[in-house]
Amino acid sequence: MTDSQTEARVPANRVSGIGRLLIAVYGVLALAATGRSFVQIVAAFDDAPLAYSLSALAAVVYIVATVALIKRSALWYRIAWTTISFELLGVLVVGTLSLIDPALFQHKTVWSVFGQGYGFVPLVLPLLGMWWLARHPVSHDESHA
Amino acid sequence: MIDWFTWLQLAIAVPGGLLCVILGMVGRKPTDLTMGATALVELLLIVQLAAAIAAPLAGNNATGSLLEFYTYLVSAILLPVAAGFWALVERSRWSTVILGVTCLSVAVMIYRMNQIWNVQGS
Repeated sequence: MTDSQTEARVPANRVSGIGRLLIAVYGVLALAATGRSFVQIVAAFDDAPLAYSLSALAAVVYIVATVALIKRSALWYRIAWTTISFELLGVLVVGTLSLIDPALFQHKTVWSVFGQGYGFVPLVLPLLGMWWLARHPVSHDESHA
Repeated sequence: MIDWFTWLQLAIAVPGGLLCVILGMVGRKPTDLTMGATALVELLLIVQLAAAIAAPLAGNNATGSLLEFYTYLVSAILLPVAAGFWALVERSRWSTVILGVTCLSVAVMIYRMNQIWNVQGS
């Protein structure tokens, strides 16, 4: 991978390079989580209100994180950190609980078994997102852009 | 779902997606080839939609949840369109990678749709 080299040459004020890919993957995951929770809630919400509410919450957080990564302002930068941290926490807590006590999460969520049903993308993505945010802080002079 | 058509979709979406990811990684901007592969994936999805609507009339009924099936199908149809617009607006290597990631995501969704139609509930 030559990402680190190309990244270094990109002017700091351009949201470019691999960040675009990150946003796209977030968008796909947001769509996947939204689709799943839509089906769960429409078809059988009463079966597992907790798991399905969690699915819906996860979907909303993924959508907000996607938007926050696109927008370049100090406020959205903080929102991006918050939502991505929440995702990491969610996938770690729900992932661990689903292994320790499977009865608690019999109904699948996007975070069950560390996002196994989604190729562990939900586990890897927040880490990549944090890495990207840390490398591309929004300074005050570009926060109006 | 018609079995052979599903496999045709996968036979185009998977190599097409890999091709786009590789070409993007080596620095190619979106071309007729990579845009064409994505457009073909989209076209086959539209045909799949028509086939899915028509199949029950011919006695080919889904074994699993139709709601889940159509949520996947509609989401899958939206993806290549979004990626294609992106590639037109931003002509960079990453747009080519995004075309590839989209085709591969669609392949996974088609596979799941096939499970819902043929395996789930049977």
